[in-house]
Amino acid sequence: MRGTSMRTTAATGAQDQTTAPPEVGCVVGLEDVHVRLGERDVLRGITVDLTERRIGIVGANGSGKSTLARLLNGLVLPTRGTVRVDGLDTRRSGGQVRRRVGFVFSDPDAQIVMPTVAEDVAYSLRRGEHDRPARDRLVTDWLARHGLDGHADHPAHLLSGGQKQLLALTSVLVTSPRLVVADEPTTLLDLRNTRRVAALLAEIPQQVVLVSHDLDLMAGYDRVLVIDDGQVVADDEPAPAIAYYRRLLDERP
Amino acid sequence: MTGAPTTTPHRATSHAAGAYVVGRSLLHRAPAGPKLAALMLCSLALLLVRSPAGVGTATLVVTGLYALAGLGPRAAWGQVRPLRMFLPVVFALQWWLMDLTSAAVLSTRLVVLVALAGLVTCTTRVSDLLAAIERGLSPLARVGVDVERIALVLALALRSVPVIADLAGRVRDAQRARGRERDVRAFAVPLVVGSMRQADALGEALRARGFDD
Repeated sequence: MRGTSMRTTAATGAQDQTTAPPEVGCVVGLEDVHVRLGERDVLRGITVDLTERRIGIVGANGSGKSTLARLLNGLVLPTRGTVRVDGLDTRRSGGQVRRRVGFVFSDPDAQIVMPTVAEDVAYSLRRGEHDRPARDRLVTDWLARHGLDGHADHPAHLLSGGQKQLLALTSVLVTSPRLVVADEPTTLLDLRNTRRVAALLAEIPQQVVLVSHDLDLMAGYDRVLVIDDGQVVADDEPAPAIAYYRRLLDERP
Repeated sequence: MTGAPTTTPHRATSHAAGAYVVGRSLLHRAPAGPKLAALMLCSLALLLVRSPAGVGTATLVVTGLYALAGLGPRAAWGQVRPLRMFLPVVFALQWWLMDLTSAAVLSTRLVVLVALAGLVTCTTRVSDLLAAIERGLSPLARVGVDVERIALVLALALRSVPVIADLAGRVRDAQRARGRERDVRAFAVPLVVGSMRQADALGEALRARGFDD
């Protein structure tokens, strides 16, 4: 199934992609990663290095793309093989990895932990690295950047869907991660809010790995991986990778 | 990334029970710890009040405190509203078992107690409340109690109320759409499954945000 123009996902091919670590971002390396959940092989032998600033992951429902995203910050551990972020094994150094890798889920309601907007952002900063006034200043500053400053003391559940996702993103960005992994962050949003979230993901300085069904979001990306049946079946620039994905879907009954 | 945020088409109101209402009154500015301690003492004292005059005075005092906090009747109603299903039953039972005066005193006492607790949560940010609870429980840390975890559980419980209420609303809508309004199972099963799913997702999000690392 793999197109001739596609980068191969074999170890040798993946190494061609390895470049010096960028200033903001991580070097993520997956080596022969298998994930088995219950009776199902969700991922089957993935070897890939991720160093580009903007990486998209596409695939049908159940293809394993969300599991792949969760491997990157150690939420899911490989059954076999290793995942390294800047050389840190997610199995042994999960905490350190999660400090580098922020994660945005599709349902912001599941991600917002505290009752009010400002409190949720402050929750991300709770580790005692900031005193109270510094923390309050940071929270106010970040809420203002994303147009949420008028809602600081509002209950999070009163925000619109788009505002909730912006809040979830703010709560991730306030910790200054080096890599942001977003798992279908626009699935529950209307077109306007999808554009807002996409624009935000496009302009942040962090490295971004975006899992999405919305292929338009990946137009300006550096690299797109197509996942099918637990394997990377295409790995290229957006246009050829997405064309490959469309063909793949067309061939299915 | 700025721009005027859109308004929200939501079921819940900002006067939902237990939700902080922004303000700068004396009660808003009072520290959370003493407010919680005062709430505890007043609640205990209220349990000893058995005369109609005493309960009447307590009602007046609490009404005065709401006015002091700049909270109107709508906010006050928001706090005691959850009692509306349950209070008539208590009232009827008391009237039947004792007498009308006792029933009225007991029911009013209950409303005053809930209103007082609501007043504290209306005028105190949850983070301040949790910090006060954490400080209050901190001696227990010496005997191995994870105080931070207890505070987080309380925060999550508060956060989950509107989320589960919203889920219940959606399940009820779906039931109505299929003409199964009276089927208890058709309501309970999706609600429980949905809540479990929500809890799983929340656990995953907590891990992603570095809790337990």
